[in-house]
Amino acid sequence: MFFQHFTNGLTLGGIYALIALGYTMVYGILKFINFAHGDILMVGAYIGMFSFNFFRGDAPLGAWTFFSFVLAMIVSAAFCAFLGMFIERVAYKPLRHASRLAPLLSAIGVSFILSNGAAWLWGTQSKKFDYPFDNTPLMIGGVAITPHQILILVVSLILMVVLKLFVDRTRLGKAMRATSLDQDTALLMGINVNQVISLTFAIGSALAAIGGILIAFDYKCYPTLGMMTGLKAFVAAVAGGIGNITGAMLGGILLGLLETFGVAILGIPMGYKDTIAFAILILILLVKPEGLLGKREKEKV
Amino acid sequence: MLLETEKLTRIYGGVVAINDVDFHASEGLITGLIGPNGAGKTTLFNNMTGLDVPTRGKVFFEGNDITGKSAHEISRMGIARTFQNIRLFKEMSVIENVMIGRHFKVGNKDKGRFRQALKSYFFMSREERWIYDSAMEYLEFLELGKFANDDAKSLPYGHQRELEIARALATEPKLLFLDEPAAGMNPQETEHLMETIRRIRDKGISIVLIEHDMKLVMNICDEITVLSFGQKIAEGTPEEIQNNETVIEAYLGREEED
Repeated sequence: MFFQHFTNGLTLGGIYALIALGYTMVYGILKFINFAHGDILMVGAYIGMFSFNFFRGDAPLGAWTFFSFVLAMIVSAAFCAFLGMFIERVAYKPLRHASRLAPLLSAIGVSFILSNGAAWLWGTQSKKFDYPFDNTPLMIGGVAITPHQILILVVSLILMVVLKLFVDRTRLGKAMRATSLDQDTALLMGINVNQVISLTFAIGSALAAIGGILIAFDYKCYPTLGMMTGLKAFVAAVAGGIGNITGAMLGGILLGLLETFGVAILGIPMGYKDTIAFAILILILLVKPEGLLGKREKEKV
Repeated sequence: MLLETEKLTRIYGGVVAINDVDFHASEGLITGLIGPNGAGKTTLFNNMTGLDVPTRGKVFFEGNDITGKSAHEISRMGIARTFQNIRLFKEMSVIENVMIGRHFKVGNKDKGRFRQALKSYFFMSREERWIYDSAMEYLEFLELGKFANDDAKSLPYGHQRELEIARALATEPKLLFLDEPAAGMNPQETEHLMETIRRIRDKGISIVLIEHDMKLVMNICDEITVLSFGQKIAEGTPEEIQNNETVIEAYLGREEED
């Protein structure tokens, strides 16, 4: 049973981690929480579903449906990357030198525009996102695991490794880290900070789109899909140490595991599952206000 | 003239931080920028390096108008600077700090930088090697080679200042701004710093420095400009400045306030 819960928790956590990365990367660079991030995930799920249905046509389950699904993920990730950059340009960039609360309010506004826009465009009825494969659970060593879960594990693992390598190894990644540490100095090193910020929003939003698609199989697509998931990914990002990429991954996976084990072992009723996320956040913040891997901000003299 | 400002003015709210300043720095020389605290020296630096946008006036670098250009563009044109309060990438290693300065100097310029950057993802070894080696040369120049893999924040204070200079040099500037490079240094360290600044000048890099240590300024500067309350009150050789009545008055006035 332990391994069963572990697998379930890990898959849930993988999704939280993907979404948490967007919060943490944007915070790392702009020191602000992009509250519209959850709604980008919702848009990603819709775009993914529509393009999947479009590519798939009437084809029965098979290699083509899976290929259509991969295409749909790419289309949705690309769409959301542009959406994220657009939002930054229109709603956050003009406020960059305003008080710290201004972009936060702007983000909440964007969040409402996106979810209401989705309701207006696509209706409030949930729309089913068909599995692109036969989702009958497989038994591996006594653990029932669905192809959907395998997909989540594989996709989130690949994306996290790629992202980590990108940030640590490439010149753009270093430019990103430099920008997050000190924007003015990064500029003086010849780094185009505006470009780095756009890139950050693009990457974060693309990851959110993939995360959105992966949860939409279970939850279907509806305009407020991003609310609770977005909020929990935010909890994961804060718990892991906001601004820290590895922290967001760790926080996401930990949250997924704790939620699953909370329900399974502590016997917390399913309906209170979400309480666990927020209880954990409060506990972590009480004990370690900077998050698991976060650095304590020193007062500048 | 390498760098020139024309009636440069910066007003914050109602406060005139610098007022109609005509500053210039000549090629191959060390220019000192001095003045009592609050005279507007750092504001002048910020407005010449693109970190701040002047309210009025113009800045010319090698004859080109660079007023209002973004700091990263100005950096790529060949102006680098250090800060009064050290601003290293503290969480990164010493060598990484310098490597960041090298990033936009790689490869030929007509290929897109984005493509180059992506390339660095797949072919890490060769370009990274080049960046690493060239960064190392700058560390050696500042005699910091043996600290390459330490965290920047673990360096002793004086070395942190030197590292900031190494990082600025790594962007291959034609003109280097140093904002109080000797602040907090002991006499031996200051002596060593003066030597370093001369060595940088001898590499053909022109220097403008803000400094309160008069011994250092009078010793190594070829030309000096004096600011007081946002205005230029004098300029000339160290001897001229030392004998200038207005300058002496400005400095004595400050001591009265203390």
